[in-house]
Amino acid sequence: MLQFLIRRLTGAVVIMFLIGAFTFFLFYTVPQDFAALSCGKNCSPQNLAVIRENLGLDKPLPTQFWEFMSGIVAGRDFPQGHCSAPCLGISFESGEFVWDSIIDRFPLTLSLTVGGLVIFLILGLGSGLLAAWKRGTVVDKIVSGTSIVLSSFQIYLLGPIVLGLLVYSTGIMDFPKEHSFTEEPGAWFLGLLIPWVVMATIFTAQYTRMSRSTMIEQLQEEHVRTARAKGMKQSYVFFRYAWRGSLIPIVTILGMDLSALLSGAVVTEFTFDLAGIGRLAVDSSLTKDLPVTMGVMLFGAFFILLLNILVDLAYAYIDPRVRLS
Amino acid sequence: MTTLTKTEGEKAPTGPDSFLSVRDLRVRFSTEDGIVKAVDGLSFDVERGKTLGIVGESGSGKSVTNLTVLGLHNPKTSTVEGEILLEGQDLVTTPEKEMEKLRGNKVAMIFQDPLTALSPYYTVGRQIAEPYMKHTGASKKEARDRAIEMLTKVGIPQPKTRVDDYPHQFSGGMRQRAMIAMALVCDPDLLIADEPTTALDVTVQAQILDLLKDLQQEFGSAIIFITHDLGVISDMADDLLVMYSGRAVERGSVREVLRAPRHPYTWGLLSSMPRLGGSTSQPLMPIPGSPPSLLNPPSGCPFHPRCTFKDQVSGDRCSTERPALGEGRASACHLTAEQKQTIFIDTIQPRLR
Amino acid sequence: MSDNLTLPAQQGPTGASTEALLKVEGLTKHFPIYGGFPIKRKVGAVQAVDNVDLTVGVGESVGLVGESGCGKSTTGRLITRLLEPTGGRIEYAGQDITHAKRKQLAPVRSEIQMIFQDPYSSLNPRQTVGTIIKSPMEVNGINPPGGREKRVRELLELVGLNPEHYNRFPHEFSGGQRQRIGVARALALNPKLIVADEPVSALDVSIQAQVVNLLQKVQDELGIAFLFIAHDLAVVRHFSQRVAVMYLGKVVEVGDRDSIYNRPRHPYTHALLSAVPEVAMDDETENRERIRLAGDVPSPISPPSGCRFRTRCWKAQDKCATEEPPLLQIGGNTEGHLTACHFPEDPSTEARSEDVVMDPALKAMENDGNVSKS
Repeated sequence: MLQFLIRRLTGAVVIMFLIGAFTFFLFYTVPQDFAALSCGKNCSPQNLAVIRENLGLDKPLPTQFWEFMSGIVAGRDFPQGHCSAPCLGISFESGEFVWDSIIDRFPLTLSLTVGGLVIFLILGLGSGLLAAWKRGTVVDKIVSGTSIVLSSFQIYLLGPIVLGLLVYSTGIMDFPKEHSFTEEPGAWFLGLLIPWVVMATIFTAQYTRMSRSTMIEQLQEEHVRTARAKGMKQSYVFFRYAWRGSLIPIVTILGMDLSALLSGAVVTEFTFDLAGIGRLAVDSSLTKDLPVTMGVMLFGAFFILLLNILVDLAYAYIDPRVRLS
Repeated sequence: MTTLTKTEGEKAPTGPDSFLSVRDLRVRFSTEDGIVKAVDGLSFDVERGKTLGIVGESGSGKSVTNLTVLGLHNPKTSTVEGEILLEGQDLVTTPEKEMEKLRGNKVAMIFQDPLTALSPYYTVGRQIAEPYMKHTGASKKEARDRAIEMLTKVGIPQPKTRVDDYPHQFSGGMRQRAMIAMALVCDPDLLIADEPTTALDVTVQAQILDLLKDLQQEFGSAIIFITHDLGVISDMADDLLVMYSGRAVERGSVREVLRAPRHPYTWGLLSSMPRLGGSTSQPLMPIPGSPPSLLNPPSGCPFHPRCTFKDQVSGDRCSTERPALGEGRASACHLTAEQKQTIFIDTIQPRLR
Repeated sequence: MSDNLTLPAQQGPTGASTEALLKVEGLTKHFPIYGGFPIKRKVGAVQAVDNVDLTVGVGESVGLVGESGCGKSTTGRLITRLLEPTGGRIEYAGQDITHAKRKQLAPVRSEIQMIFQDPYSSLNPRQTVGTIIKSPMEVNGINPPGGREKRVRELLELVGLNPEHYNRFPHEFSGGQRQRIGVARALALNPKLIVADEPVSALDVSIQAQVVNLLQKVQDELGIAFLFIAHDLAVVRHFSQRVAVMYLGKVVEVGDRDSIYNRPRHPYTHALLSAVPEVAMDDETENRERIRLAGDVPSPISPPSGCRFRTRCWKAQDKCATEEPPLLQIGGNTEGHLTACHFPEDPSTEARSEDVVMDPALKAMENDGNVSKS
């Protein structure tokens, strides 16, 4: 197990390094003078030279690469000051350290993800299990039918409808707004409730359908029948035997969804005018603020790798065949 | 050749004294293509401590019958009619809660493929201990000791450590031993073994069959042994039921049925099967055609489209009238007892040499 | 078809000829296992087939029996060159085809055909039966007189199917009929050797006999040699003139049918035969020796040293662990009956004065005395 973990972590570090290298060189294949971009329209040659030096663009390419990569691990010094690790460079637009911008936006992304996750896991898996338990009955048909309808909805459609109903026409709730979780938890909760519900609705529908179908598949497994032949209670068979097997596909999809959400829920953020990682990524690419784009990409890649490892660990926990091989 | 019994139905049925008695069982499944008559009017008895072999090819209804005995059929898509009397209690009408108390306790089951029939997620010990805890109210510790005891009985080496292994860490033969341990853990009165050795290699099969026989003597369970292999049945069973197209076509003691079979289907099975002691100069005598569809079974005798002896029955009785299976030693065929005896001795037996 | 490969006049229907069509020497296949960290390297090998010698004469049917993992299927796939041998030599009609390239192999490919176990997955469900049977002729550019379609109809008739079913799809046929389609496809190129890998084990008993009879008819009438691979000893006995018994990648005993089934010498052959459940149609069947081995076949990744059967053998001595027994004609064997054993058994399958029971659970229960021997 430990060896497995070490192997996966080493692999992840290597892949992170490769992604870092890849984005760095991609940066330099773009036919743009970044100093000029950063300097603006009426740029004097002196200014340009200063900016070039500040950004470190006057140094040879290998040196720049070394500084970029070592900056991530150990931090680096810019004329503006020390950029502590993990240093992802300086934004052309704002002149801030990229890492600081990301960290500034991350609480919102994390809040959105965690809140949505709690809702869609409880509702999605719950209704999926209910439909599987009552398969073939009216309950199953209602749950399955609703989930098919809901899963064809989109956040940018459902969002405005909910906003119109709860905010604009009735004023029951305020327009979504970010609050600090640590300072005002109540406002934090109310401020994000609408985005959570809207986002979770779409995911709930998917998770309902997925958990229902994998459960029904598992219930037809021979070992589930054996458990019934031993006289185990139907609920015991359902939750101990069938559910265990259903976890593998659910965890797989969950890992993919979570890593996507943590690297920025672009549509949700734009629909509710919230500033998270997704917004940062889109804004940076529109303004050709390449250091930020690169930073967000590396940040997202980190979550993809992290969740991959977590999913593998979950497999090992769920299935002894994975654990013991 | 041993003496042939001359008339049918001379051996009295064990009816009311029998431990399990199935009467006119009908199981139907509704599918998209129509109604499948998986079991169609089946009756049989199992005596306490004896082994009943049920032999038949795929689609003969032998497995469905036994899932129905345990109530493991899907109640939403299937209808069950008739009676399944276990010591006088009708299992067809017994509610699910009561059935749960019977399963794994009074009636246990061994399945064909131990790799898929054991859960990959729990240790072998836990899977054996579960029914013991449920049915006897034993503590975790007691159940674990019992699991180790059972593993020892079925010949698992180092049972004290292997009890914590997962099924995939066992070899195929050991898995089936573990499955037997699981089935016998509550000392059931009836054990249903559905093709328990079909997935195993022949040398391992021989070990498992002998083990089952020895354990039966020790535990005194009755066994329903389902298989497609007449050789295995010959080794295992006391009584034999031959099934075809959801019905029983022949019944009797194993010795009677295999040495003096009376149904054309049984003749066909025996003469289409190569044997180690058989002749190699003659070709096998296969049964022509294929087994019938259960969606739309043939009228009259279900075997008549493949039967080579139907000309010897007057008129079109074979295709219009369903032959009944009498009590005791019997075969469901319109041929007269004399005809059956003559055909077997003159035509069939010489081929089996 | 290449001229130099066409063989001289073929043997009569039953004649096992002395002329070798296929000659396999020291055939070996090891599947490497990779592992390790950080750099993957070969950490071991599954010794699926190890140093196997085998000959199949013109028009002869040779059976290859053994339990799962004994390497019989791998051997079949090596001979048809679906797998690349690790070592040894495969000679077909005098030509070395062990490592023959695609082009060199082309003329041989049409003469060696294969029939597979699963008639459900070995036929393309989207092609009609006609297309399936025709395709080997198309691939090899063969134009039989009267056209390919006529030939396909002849083949369908030969294997007992209705020629009018030319345009039907595999799913419209039953399991036995699908296996007949597989046979027709194998016959399309007039092969001289058919490797049949468990051709009847997926079929019901009554259907099994139909296919066995068909294969026998094909063998007799067309003089095609067969390598018949199966785990069912009775089916192999019925079909094969000579039989090789494999255990853990090795041939442990080979000989004509009568020698193997009635005068076996290798303890494993004895155990295998004794384990076959026979229908007791008379008292004679019950007078068979009873041998019950312990446990399952060991892993082919690290097979036992010396004789591979020694870990389950009741006659094993120190010599068996150190010295691998060669496959020889040992004293008392007839010509061509070879056994790889240091301490062979008596050539008889009759009941012994004392059963051989290696299984500890059985032994314990039977020694208790309260259980009678069966």
